[in-house]
Amino acid sequence: MNHPLPKIIDLTVGDVIGTQEVLLTRDSLVRYAGASGDFNPIHYRDDFAQSVGLPGVLAHGMLTMGVAVQVVVDWVGDPGRVLDYQVRFTKPVLVDAADGAVVTITAKIGEIDAESHSARVDLAAVFSETTVLAKSQVRVRLS
Amino acid sequence: MRVVNVNVQGKKYAPSAPYLVGREKLREFAHAVKATNPINLDVFAAQAAGYDDIVAAPTFGVVIQERSLATVLSDPEADIDFSRVVHGDQRFIHERPIVAGDELTGELEVASVKSLGGHSMVTFETKIFDASKKLVCTAISTLVVRGDE
Repeated sequence: MNHPLPKIIDLTVGDVIGTQEVLLTRDSLVRYAGASGDFNPIHYRDDFAQSVGLPGVLAHGMLTMGVAVQVVVDWVGDPGRVLDYQVRFTKPVLVDAADGAVVTITAKIGEIDAESHSARVDLAAVFSETTVLAKSQVRVRLS
Repeated sequence: MRVVNVNVQGKKYAPSAPYLVGREKLREFAHAVKATNPINLDVFAAQAAGYDDIVAAPTFGVVIQERSLATVLSDPEADIDFSRVVHGDQRFIHERPIVAGDELTGELEVASVKSLGGHSMVTFETKIFDASKKLVCTAISTLVVRGDE
């Protein structure tokens, strides 16, 4: 695999380095529940979700966080270059049983640190015209 | 009104049982978060990139964190009502990537307990160590515990 590593000298704060539309379906939620071990029924049972006052089944916040960073991994070409990744969960992603939910991820350069050969990429994650992740920052090593 | 006991701020919990990171588990997790990078999936690609084995997706540390959190959620002193918990923030600070074959242990400390308009915000810091006791990742999680309506 020969993925060219982005060069710091080519980067400018504000550059969009990738966008992605991710379809999360009920299948995605069940798969993530099994893979992560998070079996909270609000992520697969409408009746349970409604009984605790939610409109319906929600995506795991950690699933949204996990898929959102992939656009950055694709850009740097190596998941091991992710040094630090944080998000704030602001709004839930409601996953329709038939149609799922489309989350749109946009990744922009937030900060460039030439000294440590790293960059901060800021992610925007939008579902149904609402921001679902805030303060979503990924620090990546570029050396 | 039931609120999280502020006295657990600073409380440290016993290390979680060692978790052996399996190759197939990492692949399963990678597929679940829609990771397609070969370094997450293919041993040869990972080794060509300089790793001993396939590399975990950047949020895999949550699996170790959850094991430590389970201990807190069942701690009567902390008195956290899991049915009222909402995930607020999450962060992973990696010292090095997690790779298949790692044997990981989580050591959790309750970093802070704050009250905010009837709700509690509890921040947990889980330090994830490998078998040689070297820090691999620090996972920081804030849970919002809704107060009684």
